[in-house]
Amino acid sequence: MRDVVVIGAGPAGLAAAVTAATAGLDVALVDAGRRPGGQYYRHHAAETGALHHGWDAFVRLRDALDRLTYLPGHRVWNVEDGFTVHALAGDRDERPVRIDARTVIVATGAHDRSLPFPGWDLPGVLTAGGAQALLKGDRVTAGERVVVAGTGPFLLPVATGLAGAGATVAGVFEGNRPYGFARRVAGHADKLREAVGYAALLVRYRIPYRTGHAVVAAHGDGRVEAVTVARLDRDGASVRERVIVCDTVAVGYGFTPQLEIPVQLGCATRMDADGSLVVVADAAQRTSVPGVYAAGETTGVGGAQLSLVEGELAGLAAAEALGGIAADPAGVRRLVARRRRLRAFAEAMHRAYPVHPGWMDRLRDDTIVCRCEEVTRGRIAEAAGLGATDPRSAKLLSRAGMGWCQGRVCGYATSWLAASACGRSPGPDDLLGTARRPIAQPVRLRDLADDAPVRPHEVAQDPPVRPRDGAGGRPVRPRDGTLRAGPEGAVRPRDGNHPINPA
Amino acid sequence: MVVVGGGVVGAACAYYAARAGLTVTVIERGAVAGGTTGAGEGNLLVSDKEPGPELELALFSSARWTELAAEDGLGAAFEYETKGGLVVAETEEGAAGLEELAVRQRAAGVDAVAVPASGLPGYEPHLAPDLAGGMFYPQDAQVQPMLAAAHLLRASKAEVRTGVTVTGMLRSGDRVTGVRTDRGDLPAGAVVNAAGTWGGEVAALAGVTVPILPRRGFILVTEPLPSLIRHKVYAAEYVADVASDDEGLESSAVVEGTPSGTILIGASRERVGFDRTLSLPALRRLARQAIRLFPALADVAAIRAYCGFRPYCPDHLPVIGPDPRAEGLLHACGHEGAGIGLAAATGHLLAQSLTGARPDLDLGPFRPDRFPEQP
Amino acid sequence: MSQIVFEGRPVPFEPGQSIGAALTAAGIRSWRTTRFGGRPRGLFCGIGVCFDCLITVNGRPSLRACMVEARPGDVVQGGGPDA
Repeated sequence: MRDVVVIGAGPAGLAAAVTAATAGLDVALVDAGRRPGGQYYRHHAAETGALHHGWDAFVRLRDALDRLTYLPGHRVWNVEDGFTVHALAGDRDERPVRIDARTVIVATGAHDRSLPFPGWDLPGVLTAGGAQALLKGDRVTAGERVVVAGTGPFLLPVATGLAGAGATVAGVFEGNRPYGFARRVAGHADKLREAVGYAALLVRYRIPYRTGHAVVAAHGDGRVEAVTVARLDRDGASVRERVIVCDTVAVGYGFTPQLEIPVQLGCATRMDADGSLVVVADAAQRTSVPGVYAAGETTGVGGAQLSLVEGELAGLAAAEALGGIAADPAGVRRLVARRRRLRAFAEAMHRAYPVHPGWMDRLRDDTIVCRCEEVTRGRIAEAAGLGATDPRSAKLLSRAGMGWCQGRVCGYATSWLAASACGRSPGPDDLLGTARRPIAQPVRLRDLADDAPVRPHEVAQDPPVRPRDGAGGRPVRPRDGTLRAGPEGAVRPRDGNHPINPA
Repeated sequence: MVVVGGGVVGAACAYYAARAGLTVTVIERGAVAGGTTGAGEGNLLVSDKEPGPELELALFSSARWTELAAEDGLGAAFEYETKGGLVVAETEEGAAGLEELAVRQRAAGVDAVAVPASGLPGYEPHLAPDLAGGMFYPQDAQVQPMLAAAHLLRASKAEVRTGVTVTGMLRSGDRVTGVRTDRGDLPAGAVVNAAGTWGGEVAALAGVTVPILPRRGFILVTEPLPSLIRHKVYAAEYVADVASDDEGLESSAVVEGTPSGTILIGASRERVGFDRTLSLPALRRLARQAIRLFPALADVAAIRAYCGFRPYCPDHLPVIGPDPRAEGLLHACGHEGAGIGLAAATGHLLAQSLTGARPDLDLGPFRPDRFPEQP
Repeated sequence: MSQIVFEGRPVPFEPGQSIGAALTAAGIRSWRTTRFGGRPRGLFCGIGVCFDCLITVNGRPSLRACMVEARPGDVVQGGGPDA
């Protein structure tokens, strides 16, 4: 029985795990990825950090992984109350693994929020995050001539990253006109620096940046060959269209938090300012279920800096709850203040980059909504006609969201289509109806049938994160469990050598 | 007439009543087919029933489903498949038991074809090679239960009001004259309680007791596959499980393919109230039993699991017909795990009793007042 | 440079790359078709969420190409409906 299992090794999970381990807790960090960092710090095996903001903070966390048991390549498919984490280890010859722990910290992050449009299932249409993952994780540019579209500041690093790697970016088409948001950015020194940097790169790579525009259709025979881009009026309707030749489209409309595990555990959820379902967390990142904490995008999409802060707070709270180890009050106050600032910034961002419901009017009857089961917009309308008054019944009557991805990709779109057929917009109950996935990852029946307790084996890791004692993944207890002794300051943010928040 | 409950039983009641000339309104607390119907496999089984009133009802229902499926577009709309059921036995004793049951079932009108061990691959090429034998039931069929409920409701032309909760009964003396809902009163000549697992609560609003309790079941859904399993296949122990009074976890895998390519592995049974928490022990048993029948499933992934709550009565028979304790109230609930299969007969018989016709089957065994009054 | 074999043809990869990334880098944008409409599918989400990129590696079906790291000599097949 471990003290803590942290699920997810992105910014929030890394910060939580390192903080809890530094406090002397026995921590396992379980992650589906092959390397630590999640989506934000996704990197190639021989990464130098050139593509990343805040790379130093990541390196400090990565170098602290020898204080805990880090289990990459572990996909969690279920967490039983109490807690038992069930995972599948290995990317091809998977084997079942279970880890018992007194506390669970959920830091499972988010994935791109996708909206359907005619032709969006042609090969060559990727999510913005997918194009970014290829670039950062595999050093592969998704295509030669790329259109970037959707909404949100995330489109900028995607476009400039692709251009920097040699692709021609035919344009960035931002659905909103977020002029008021610029003032907000100007008030944040580091955000302003980032924004200025991207603006300079757009100029340098001659990337057209158009607000109030959307990709409304993709065209091609067997792969994308062109897109139709439209200027949108204030109601989100197309007013002028043109065709742009491209071989790749990277499109994203914000992010959807991955809530399988907290929903399995019965954690209370709510709808955030961006229309996503998120976990309710209190000041100490505690969810409504005792012993379960949540940090990062699962509590509301807000970016890597906020995730680092929430992760650290979750780690500190777990240390206090499990070991009676009190954190430095001044440090906690600073973290809490920083969380408030960053959360307010995230809310302003969500309000500046909403998803306008006009996307629904741009679908045709034969436009695929659910890619897995190939359910069209017309079939969802039929389900509504048969009495589907919520997304769950729309799914049962149309099969939208019943396939391989279990509605991760189409859940948002189906919720909106089902609710708007009844003349309303979706509420938290609608979103929850599409978010329940008691089996969070496909699991072979042989592995399901086998309930022998398998402990995590030693897992091959990249050299930088191999436990220095080489002791087969056993945690290295760094010190005698007194939090105040931590020299790197995970619990003493004042010393300026902090692994998480260098500022 | 007002039907309380928009599951498959309520939909069938609405359909047959409307066809008999009644004006029907269906009240549903959630969404159409959102309760136990939406958590079912869509079994229309005669094979799992011992001779007796339930088997008679199942055979009668099987014939009604065949008629419904033949109506304009309905069969295709709700994916009616006369795929047949194959019950297999692991041991010689099990096979002998199957034959003994089949003899009695045949006397009651069931088609049952004995399949020796050597004949099993002809029915199901991927079955485990070491099974002792089986019995094939050509009358076993399948529908997609949510679509069945939705299309029967549509065909009934009944007014369907979803998201409306019944909060009480309108009374005139002892007579039930309609329902009170959170959206206003609805007077009616008759009220049909088709609230399934929640039928006891609706009955209580009329001051009568119908002892219906939930019996939880989990279903595992696999990744979509090219056609691997042709029939509804289950182990002989399933029949014993259905009739069991044991409160603990029981299961015997019912394995079948669906038109969408997924394979459904069903039929755990637990009496744990309305607890929706995933039970890994239940899923593990289903997985083990499915692999026992079809070894090739070991390498197939489960991508989904869901649970539902079967409405069961102490004697495992449904409650169908007018309630002599509350004139104007009729019941059509408590079908346990057989509600999809028995829905057509239930709707048909209830419509006959509503219109004063003599029901084609004796409703005596399903009387609502057959249970001893609780103290 | 190391290679995998995709439907009989060698495809190079850099150490640490996923099979999906190696195929994409080689200009292969789709490797299976859907089971109803026969529509081509390749990478979409790139992070293991969408299951569009399912692929068979050394006889093991239903793997996500974006999640499996390429190893020298891997025999990779896309093909059939929801392979």
